[in-house]
Amino acid sequence: MNSFFTRRYIIQGLFIVTALVLLARLFYIQVIDDRYKLSADNNVLRKLIIYPARGIILDRNEKVLVQNEPVYDLMIIPKQVKPFDTIEFCRLIDITKKEFDKKYKKANNYSPYRASLFEKQLSAKTYAAFQEKQFQFPGFYVLARSVRYYPDSTAAQFLGYIGEVNDKEIEKYDGFYTQGDYIGKSGIEKSYEDLLRGQRGVRNIMVDVHNREQGSFFEGKYDTLAVAGDKLISSLDKELQLYGEQLMNNKIGSVVAIEPATGEILAFVSSPKYDPNLMVGRQRGNNYMKLLKDPFKPMFIRPTQAEYPPGSIFKVINALVAQQMGAITAQTTFHCPGGYRYGARGFMGCTHVHGTIALEKSIEGSCNTYYGYAYNRMIDKTGLKPFKAYTRWREAVMKFGIGAELGIDLPAERDGLIPTADYFTKRWGSNKWGSGFNISLSIGQGELGITPLQMANVMAIVANRGFYYKPHLIKAIGDKKIIKEEYTIKNSAGIDAKYFEPVIEGMSRVVNAPGGTGYFSKIADIEICGKTGTVQNPHGADHSVFVAFAPRQNPKIAIAVVVENAGFGSTWSAPIASLMIEKYLRDSITRPKYYTERILKANLLPGQKKVIRPGVKKDSTNSKPATSNALPVNAQISSKKDEQ
Amino acid sequence: MNNNHNRSFFFNVDGFTILLFLLLMAIGWFNIYAAVFTDETISIFDMNTNFGKQLIFIIVAIMTGTAILLMDAKFFSTFSPVFYGITIILLIIVLVIGRNVGGNQAWIPIGSFRLQPSEFAKWSSCLLLAKYLSSGNFKLTDFKTQVMCAAILGLPMFLIMLQPDTGSAMVFGSLILVLYREGLSPYYLISGVLMIILFITTLLFGKLAVSLVLIALTGLLIYNYQKNRKLVTTFIAGFILSIIFMFSVDFVYNNVLKSHQKGRIDILLGISTDLRGAGYNVNQSKIAIGSGGLLGKGYLQGTQTKFNFVPEQSTDFIFCTVGEEWGFIGSFTVILIYLILLLRIVVLAERQRSSFNRIYGYSVACILFCHFFINIAMTIGLMPVIGIPLPFLSYGGSSLISFTILLFILLKLDANRMGINS
Repeated sequence: MNSFFTRRYIIQGLFIVTALVLLARLFYIQVIDDRYKLSADNNVLRKLIIYPARGIILDRNEKVLVQNEPVYDLMIIPKQVKPFDTIEFCRLIDITKKEFDKKYKKANNYSPYRASLFEKQLSAKTYAAFQEKQFQFPGFYVLARSVRYYPDSTAAQFLGYIGEVNDKEIEKYDGFYTQGDYIGKSGIEKSYEDLLRGQRGVRNIMVDVHNREQGSFFEGKYDTLAVAGDKLISSLDKELQLYGEQLMNNKIGSVVAIEPATGEILAFVSSPKYDPNLMVGRQRGNNYMKLLKDPFKPMFIRPTQAEYPPGSIFKVINALVAQQMGAITAQTTFHCPGGYRYGARGFMGCTHVHGTIALEKSIEGSCNTYYGYAYNRMIDKTGLKPFKAYTRWREAVMKFGIGAELGIDLPAERDGLIPTADYFTKRWGSNKWGSGFNISLSIGQGELGITPLQMANVMAIVANRGFYYKPHLIKAIGDKKIIKEEYTIKNSAGIDAKYFEPVIEGMSRVVNAPGGTGYFSKIADIEICGKTGTVQNPHGADHSVFVAFAPRQNPKIAIAVVVENAGFGSTWSAPIASLMIEKYLRDSITRPKYYTERILKANLLPGQKKVIRPGVKKDSTNSKPATSNALPVNAQISSKKDEQ
Repeated sequence: MNNNHNRSFFFNVDGFTILLFLLLMAIGWFNIYAAVFTDETISIFDMNTNFGKQLIFIIVAIMTGTAILLMDAKFFSTFSPVFYGITIILLIIVLVIGRNVGGNQAWIPIGSFRLQPSEFAKWSSCLLLAKYLSSGNFKLTDFKTQVMCAAILGLPMFLIMLQPDTGSAMVFGSLILVLYREGLSPYYLISGVLMIILFITTLLFGKLAVSLVLIALTGLLIYNYQKNRKLVTTFIAGFILSIIFMFSVDFVYNNVLKSHQKGRIDILLGISTDLRGAGYNVNQSKIAIGSGGLLGKGYLQGTQTKFNFVPEQSTDFIFCTVGEEWGFIGSFTVILIYLILLLRIVVLAERQRSSFNRIYGYSVACILFCHFFINIAMTIGLMPVIGIPLPFLSYGGSSLISFTILLFILLKLDANRMGINS
């Protein structure tokens, strides 16, 4: 023992204090501070999203319209790459050496240890070729994914397409999507996105310091499975659709066919069409730009987005509304001297001199004069102020599903147009205007806009004698085949059933009576009731329009055909509609080959020389431009050269 | 020696210390296994793995300890200059032919194993220091004695610094506590602490701020004790020395310290937070330990250590495995065992009759303490990263065997304390 014995306590004290300091610090970082636990999870845990298969879309007979096809993303882990024959590699996956270097550098910059996408969406064929030699390329592997595939390349505008989400969509869906996810961008893919996409699964994996996978976290206790998207059964009849697309080949326009009893859309042709498969795969970007630049605008969904003045087919509506309003009866006659005079000097020419004419005949012969008088009675001779009567008329017309979107299950449907009374009041500076100021509305010209879908829906109303179901594209959802409730509700057009018969009789004669404007399109044993129309087009040749339903009793199909810049309704649209009807009702075509060949081969795109003449007796020879020097308003309309 | 003598001899060995020793080695081995473990089952006897090798080291260590207990106690004091000489030679040799591992030329390859002379320099220096201080009537208040002690410790320290292995060299500094126990003036300790404070504050706040504080402090002290001329002189001298030290801090920091050392100090003081570079080790180590929570993630369940987020996890950062898998309870237990061991060694040292034994005992305590404190403090961000092992826990043959020798010489001396009085 020496004199410094007490210093042992200092030293022991130092040991104890040091141990306490360490313990205090440990207590703080291990028990109190949570930060390190989170950091540890960040270090180790990776959430892998498992993408569900997107729902497939079938036609009404459950034939596939859209399915998923496997593609193969080529992945790379740069650290594992060993020297290999790059020329062979580039040849196999069809890229240049320069692209290879660029992609390799990009992947390496991202992470040498972590897998990244090297080349996306190799086809099954490319993959097969690559797979044979894959052992020569360590560090590369292939990840199977699925993409949309359209076995018949049909109904592109109807089905729409999917694409990578953009920032706006990410924001809109509040974190549901992340960069690189796919989302429906148009068509059914967009409107049924929430059903088609299914539910994503999550797999929690652990990674080591180099981001290499080290197995699942807690044996997958927190993992969730992916749930495939719902199957959609569309109302489309694939065969009819394909036939419609064939008939509309090299033509611009639409064919819309509706089953009147349900509102199910049987055909939805928007021409020019494009191959929906173009919007999938490695060339998607290029293809997309090409489609956007196409002067005939294949991406434009004409059946719901193109608005046309309906032309003569509007007479059907006016005939019904006028009866319902009491302005005319089936027996009412007017005298047609070859035109309708209004105001001081107004004159709306007619196709023929019809003489004394009644309702049925007015439809059959498409008499402008008759509808001039009828419209005059509805607007000017009701006891109401004309602008108020106009509003009443407008409301009645709108009940046919015109002037407001029908609510089809496709995005970006257009309303169409029927001007309000205010519009005319503003236009003429006062409300002291009458039928003479917008007489062209009587024959469907002027400030009217109706989409082909709305035209077909009007036919469904006539076929049903007064009501319609909301036209729709998807008739059943999922394995349980759920039908949306809104599609089971009857919508009334506000016209009593009894008023339909004379109109339908007139429409039947259009097709079935010799001399009717649609007689060329008559089919033996199927009574088609239709109405032709020729829509004035200030930008070029007139549009050919035909609407119809068939058969007359217990109708199965209502149809509207618009062929832009094709001239008379009887020439192109009516034959196309009749072929569609026959195809749908009979499943075979009885007409001679030359009849269908003429349609199939016709090229009516603007800028083409028209060489194919209609094979129908021309009944428009005596039509001549009716000069209108009356009101500036619809002057151009009444000067149209022909109304069939 | 006859059997009877032998039995009574082993009876004299401090069994409690041996128990703690075995406990720490066992904890070490299990945690090395956990640090290497990666879900694939490997035989625990696989000699290619760290835990397989460590098992051999443990057996060798136990055999070495037993051998020491069987030797003559006088052997160590008598031959201490020889041991010292040999280690010095080895330290010189390692600078010439040593293998460079991780930037330090600290290893002499012998077959498939590598010898680390700096580990052995620790106990040989302790022995010589004890021998020197106990061999005459030296007083640590004498300047000559102080110089001699500094020389005994300074020579190996200097050679180790050349490797350069700053961590191991620093361990020798801890022996100042032994000298304090033997009579060195506490002012050396106090000024040591003040120097550390000055060093840190200078780096943190800059020379100007620290100078101003020093001026104010000195002024205040002089004003208070103006009657006492002697104190005033001391304050002024202290002030001047502090200023000189402060400027040398700058010089040392910028010209002597290597960039990685500066980086580690900067990280510790929070001057920089380079989580991918210099701060990576400490950050990952803190994450591993911190994520253990109160009860830990369970044995072999530590994700941070299992997936190699923590570097050097079998050796210098073995405490991370303890902290992550056993939580605060585990850390607490390990620290408690160390504390008990250290206190026990002090008890052993104080019950010696000979000053050689006592001085050696304190040396053992100080060296173990220094390793224990620096190593654990570094893993939890209280000390800069200094690569020294955690005694008996860290993977490594040289360190385990040299700590065993260090401890067992003391146990041998203690068992013999009643017999021979050196």
